[in-house]
Amino acid sequence: MTDTTIKDPSLGARLRHRADVVVDSLQRNPTMLFGLSVLLVMAFMSFIAPFLGLPSPMEQSPRDRLQPPSVEAFFGTDMYGRDLFSRVLHGGQVSLVVGLSVAALATAFGLAIGLVTGFMRRVDAVLMRFMDALMSIPSILLAIALVALWGSSVPNVILALTIPEIPRVVRLVRSVVLMLRDQLYVQAAIAAGTSTPRILIRHILPNTIPPLIVQATYICAQAVIFEAYLSFVGAGTPPEIPSWGNIMAEGRMFFFQTPAIILYPGAFLAITVFAINTFGDGLRDSLDPRMQRSV
Amino acid sequence: MIAYIIRRLLATIPIMALVAVFVFMLLHLSPTDPALIIAGDFATPEQVDEIRRQLGLNEPLYQQFLSWAVNLLQGDMGKSIYSGLPVTTLIGQRVEPTLMLTLCTMLIAITLAIPLGVIAAWKVGTWIDRTVMTLAVLGFSVPVFVIGYLLILGGSRKLGWFPVQGYTSILDDFGGFISHITLPALALGAVYMALIARMTRATMLEVLNEDYVRTAYAKGLATRKVLVKHALKNAMVPISTTIGLGVALLIGGVVVTETVFAIPGLGRLTVDAVLRTDYPVIQGVILVFSLTYVLLNLLVDLSYVLFDPRIRY
Amino acid sequence: MTKHNCFNYLAVPVRRLALAGTVAAAGLGIAAPALAESVLKVVPHADLRNIDPIWTTAYITRNHGYLVFDTLFAMDENLEVQPQMAEGHEVSEDGLTYTITLRDGLTFHDGTPVKAEDAVASIKRWGQRDGMGQKLMRVTESVEAVDDKTLTLTLSEPYGLVLASLGKISSNVPFIMPKRLADTDPNAQIEEIIGSGPFEFVADEWQPGNQVIYKKFEGYVPRDEPASYAAGGKVANVDRIEWRYIPDAATASQALMAGEVDYYETPAVDLLPMIQSDPGIKVETVDPLGTQGVIRFNFKHPPFDNKLVRQAALWAVQQADYMYAIMGDPEYFEEFCGAYFMCGGPYETDVGSEPLREKDIEKAKALLAEAGYDGTPVVILDPTDVPVAHGEALVTAQALRDIGMNVELAALDWATMTSRRAVREAPSEGGWNIFPTWWLAVDQLNPITNISVATSGDNAWFGWPENQKIEDLRNAFAKETDLEKQKAIVEELQAELYDFVPYIPTGQYYQPTAYRDNVKGVLTAPVPFFWNISVE
Repeated sequence: MTDTTIKDPSLGARLRHRADVVVDSLQRNPTMLFGLSVLLVMAFMSFIAPFLGLPSPMEQSPRDRLQPPSVEAFFGTDMYGRDLFSRVLHGGQVSLVVGLSVAALATAFGLAIGLVTGFMRRVDAVLMRFMDALMSIPSILLAIALVALWGSSVPNVILALTIPEIPRVVRLVRSVVLMLRDQLYVQAAIAAGTSTPRILIRHILPNTIPPLIVQATYICAQAVIFEAYLSFVGAGTPPEIPSWGNIMAEGRMFFFQTPAIILYPGAFLAITVFAINTFGDGLRDSLDPRMQRSV
Repeated sequence: MIAYIIRRLLATIPIMALVAVFVFMLLHLSPTDPALIIAGDFATPEQVDEIRRQLGLNEPLYQQFLSWAVNLLQGDMGKSIYSGLPVTTLIGQRVEPTLMLTLCTMLIAITLAIPLGVIAAWKVGTWIDRTVMTLAVLGFSVPVFVIGYLLILGGSRKLGWFPVQGYTSILDDFGGFISHITLPALALGAVYMALIARMTRATMLEVLNEDYVRTAYAKGLATRKVLVKHALKNAMVPISTTIGLGVALLIGGVVVTETVFAIPGLGRLTVDAVLRTDYPVIQGVILVFSLTYVLLNLLVDLSYVLFDPRIRY
Repeated sequence: MTKHNCFNYLAVPVRRLALAGTVAAAGLGIAAPALAESVLKVVPHADLRNIDPIWTTAYITRNHGYLVFDTLFAMDENLEVQPQMAEGHEVSEDGLTYTITLRDGLTFHDGTPVKAEDAVASIKRWGQRDGMGQKLMRVTESVEAVDDKTLTLTLSEPYGLVLASLGKISSNVPFIMPKRLADTDPNAQIEEIIGSGPFEFVADEWQPGNQVIYKKFEGYVPRDEPASYAAGGKVANVDRIEWRYIPDAATASQALMAGEVDYYETPAVDLLPMIQSDPGIKVETVDPLGTQGVIRFNFKHPPFDNKLVRQAALWAVQQADYMYAIMGDPEYFEEFCGAYFMCGGPYETDVGSEPLREKDIEKAKALLAEAGYDGTPVVILDPTDVPVAHGEALVTAQALRDIGMNVELAALDWATMTSRRAVREAPSEGGWNIFPTWWLAVDQLNPITNISVATSGDNAWFGWPENQKIEDLRNAFAKETDLEKQKAIVEELQAELYDFVPYIPTGQYYQPTAYRDNVKGVLTAPVPFFWNISVE
């Protein structure tokens, strides 16, 4: 961020610059490329699953339950005789949609609130107390309570996982804003009578984006895991439509007998989260080396 | 310093009040009606209403909140709607397992993760570094219940070294306590270890590039001494922050770990209460959790003094 | 302890010998050296959250009640009512006055003797909460204590089910409590657990969500007859019983295999092959009567307010699909049971069951078309945390989709479902069309205890069906005392039930119990009783 103190190029130019940095670092950083590729493969497999001619992930066949892997069912079947391979592939859709949506929503809301609180002291005092309160409630417990309150559905799970993340994003954005507010060029802009929204959008916002993108990858990775935790305690997405989390939650009873029900979705989930985290680490290293301090 | 602590403690009051109001409002919007759960299959609507009245659920919301808040200030958190036991008793029964699980997890994680992080930083760029860091990212990526089941499979089922489930109080039987707590602490520790190891490595890398460390090397001091005495000590401020704040991350795993290993802790108490809308219990436990969180933050801030004499309050 | 109690006559001979040995040794207890306290560690099917078995109908609280409390009458293995706390009873010539005498030696855990006034107060409290109790109270003029040992129950009209009600084996059981506790408002929970049963509740050690502890009550005097269901001598053969609630089924079965617990009340059938691979574990179907799965319709809202649509559903489903989905192993369920009042029960009949036995999608579609089903969404409540009910919901959803219905599965947890099923508004406004559940056979055995066939409209069980003919037949059944005539009424009733379809019986299955071979004397009964059990 040191460059921003010297020059203040236009938003578009800087974003283009960042994009170049990312492409460039992808070439130089093989682990990041690896992370991104694995993630894309996982996403691709999940979203083409409906077109592969697999059995429907919802089609039950109670008499063919808990079958071992075979040519007809690569991963075997679950306790309702549903095709586990099909369920695991399709399950990526819900898991990834949850992960990405939570990341996007938490960042968007967090950014908006963070910009405002960072720049307006009076709003700040009130909003930050509220954020502190929200943050002091363990996020998973809050999410469980919210799902229990709103009912089990994919949008509700997304919202329930988003809300506890917002204060953390707000803090990050706010710290960047507070740091920038005292920079000469911002002070100069204020003195020149530039309107607050304009300052926020033109001078402050671009600088919050690199750390936010990195933060978003971690939120995404964590949301995929938390979705599984919610299912595990009985407050997850409706299990008829598979997600990696609810496949494991529904089949967890069988772990010592038919470990496949847990291990296959578990492996898909772990590989995906691993890929997201690796990608995030790579992004962090290339976008902002100084951010290594906030793991 | 004392003045600072007092100021910080006073600052927690509005936060706790906000939490209390927020949780109360949230819960009472719940579609679950405890009176119906209790009434069972044969009750008439009039009886359900009567149960609701007995539980005080028919009063207006603000009145319920006020009487709850007034009692709270007198140290009375109310009674569980279902068991009729005081919430303080229920929490009291559950504090030790959760506290011990968290402490043991922290202990294991810190003793393993800090050396690993230091070594990774020292051998930065080598296969050692890469292995440690890959394991660390993996620790973030595997759901804790999968780790838990795998540990039961290996540690209990195959080897027979550890019991499958349950908890023994450290006061009753120390050996039993250790054997019960090991697997859950390991399962829960993975994420935490990953977090601390990464943080340690990152901070160490930064510190190792500082002038005074280079000077220490130049003076011909032994590597071990430089790493521990000069570098690690200076890296401890951000590491201790991570240790403190990471506890919040642990809580998510605590809930799941307690279920897998049937540990009667606060996490399970909360989830059970949330799913059945046992208002007084949820309110009590969430308050306890958030108070812990706030106090922990204070402790973390105070710990800076220990590692960095320049910081004073 | 008398020698009559030595025999668990339901058990296999080998165990009988072993048990006789144990009891003989126990009989010499005074001479024998002080043995270590014997402890039975149990994983119950659920967490004991409420301790008042009159306040709640939860099966777990009923089981708890049987340890701590005693009953005036009790059902034996022939489903006949026998005296338990009662010495005996007399019925007046006109059949309106029942005089019940208490037997000697009954003592509450606080040391006070059991008196007739305690029983009177207990019956009155139970009569306000229990379905069958309410029916009994409606025809009861008075319940009074004559002296310390005698009470009378006076009816206003003849009623065939007086003893069946007082000897009811399942929730709510008319347990006898001290008068001071029984005087508690029936809509509030009693705050202390003092009974006169074979075990005492250790209040200090109760940790909801984790453990419940009972210790042997030294002052209990069991009857001389051998134990038979809830009747006969309840002999406490262990000093202490520990209920350990383990919410995770995988962990619970591992704990049993590791010997950390002795008795696992409801292991999942799917886990049995693994559990049985341990030679030290026995698997037994402790409840010979079984359980009936239930798919309940909501009669207040379309499309199931239409009889033809309910009949279509009946043609669309097949019991075997449900049973494979929720039990897996055919050893533990009936391939088909068409009896609304349970196969193996006194009122078993096959009358009218053809639509359930046969699966005919075309016929179902035709009925739907005839009913003019217009694609109205059907909301099925799906309690995902209870495997049996979750399986029933999934199978029903698929069956209804197969005949062209527009199904929405509403995933929720069991606790939320117990609230939502009481919502009378339309499914689109937070209500429902179908919810899955189950009942133990002991609750479904006759048209009075089986509340899912009550059709009194707004006063009926959730779903609120209304059908005067069925109600008339149920009332006729209640007044009838002759078994053959009752059976005739049930046949007529069942034919009407299959036409009206108040609910779909999704099958009859048997829940196995697993215990380690150090546990002896486990009784066969529809309720897990813990007397008669010893631990080596």
